[in-house]
Amino acid sequence: MSLPVESNEKYAAYAHPERLVSTSWVAENLGAENLVVLESDEDILLYSTGHVPGALKIDWHTELNDEITRDYVDGEGFAALMAAKGITRESTVVIYGDKSNWWAAYALWVFTLFGHQDVRLMDGGRDKWIAEGRELSTDKPQVEATQYPVIERQDAEIRAFLPEVLAHLGSPLIDVRSTEEYTGERTHMPNYPEEGALRGGHIPSAASVPWAKAAAQDGTFRSREELEAIYLGDAGLKPGDDVVAYCRIGERSSHTWFVLKHLLGFESVRNYDGSWTEWGNAVGVPIVRGEAKGEVPAARGVRA
Amino acid sequence: MSQLPSELKEIVEEFSEVPEAERLELLLEYSRELPALPSRLADHPELFEQVVECQSPLFLVVEVAEDAGHTVSLFFSAPPEAPTTRGFASVLSAGLDGADANSILAVPDDMPQQLGLTRALSPLRMRGMTAMLGRIKRQISEQLAA
Repeated sequence: MSLPVESNEKYAAYAHPERLVSTSWVAENLGAENLVVLESDEDILLYSTGHVPGALKIDWHTELNDEITRDYVDGEGFAALMAAKGITRESTVVIYGDKSNWWAAYALWVFTLFGHQDVRLMDGGRDKWIAEGRELSTDKPQVEATQYPVIERQDAEIRAFLPEVLAHLGSPLIDVRSTEEYTGERTHMPNYPEEGALRGGHIPSAASVPWAKAAAQDGTFRSREELEAIYLGDAGLKPGDDVVAYCRIGERSSHTWFVLKHLLGFESVRNYDGSWTEWGNAVGVPIVRGEAKGEVPAARGVRA
Repeated sequence: MSQLPSELKEIVEEFSEVPEAERLELLLEYSRELPALPSRLADHPELFEQVVECQSPLFLVVEVAEDAGHTVSLFFSAPPEAPTTRGFASVLSAGLDGADANSILAVPDDMPQQLGLTRALSPLRMRGMTAMLGRIKRQISEQLAA
């Protein structure tokens, strides 16, 4: 049995209010049967310095990614991971994390690849919980292992691979990286090291909407009205558009994917997790440098 | 590993002796032990060099003394919400603070790989630590040449 959906004015305006809960909702529901709270951070040690009481850690690098292939875990791997964390197919899973839930949204997106039905984000993430002076714990919660069915990953609906992005050219693309990455001035995030892309720039015709625009000062998502001004107004998306979002390795664009899919209600949104570390290294794909979006090339590159 | 100053060598051994799963715990312990800045530096952010390769803000000061061995003092500043970065800084602080300039310059650039954390930590993280060491060595070379 899923836990009740949080009902408030802000969330009611979103397309899928059932995908968000507030910090107070989490505080009130901690310990509820069938609720599993997960922390997903960029910093692998952050959880251990103190976390929401009863929350378990999920690590994007060691647990959600396959160790050998550049890919996510498979159905068996996911089932084993869920079972070890005491999650059943019916559990309500609430994920929160550092940096405005950037890595939390990434984890939620991976859960969605496996069709886990009730998975939500805690609006504002770890920082808001702490800013509100709520309790932190360093206890390691005791987990009773569960059974989780082996569900084959369904990539098609929400994940785009390079050939699909090439075929998508001409339809809306959102580049969620920083302006410097978009223009090609740099191939990595400000303050982050080079991450091995041989070319800088963006995919032709992609609109630049840095992911953090969707987050308010306190890390919560902006209101529906504000989000519409950003994505429908500035970026020029139209309701019903088929959209692909990308960044550097697919984590920041998971945040934007969440906004487009669950808050604004776009039916068809895919995250291109190969992102710039694939596109910027691929042979023969078209790239645009500078601030202009650029035209869709007629030949669409030798790879098409 | 013969090139490592003895204290850093001990730390590397400490990491390699524990099972992989416990290495992160060890790094967390180090993150808690990063020495606080002395007051003469705490209020002077302009004296610090930022290690931009780190995923979280990390600032460092390298002081090379005028004594015979050119003893090096290291000071790091990283916020508590960046424990991995603090942990790395703390390993370098415990392992290299007070060592001679030449012995630090002799530390292999890939020394962070020897901690056995490359599976647990993303490549970006590992590069951040390598960059920390690289910047320390560069500052020492510059100060020796000055």
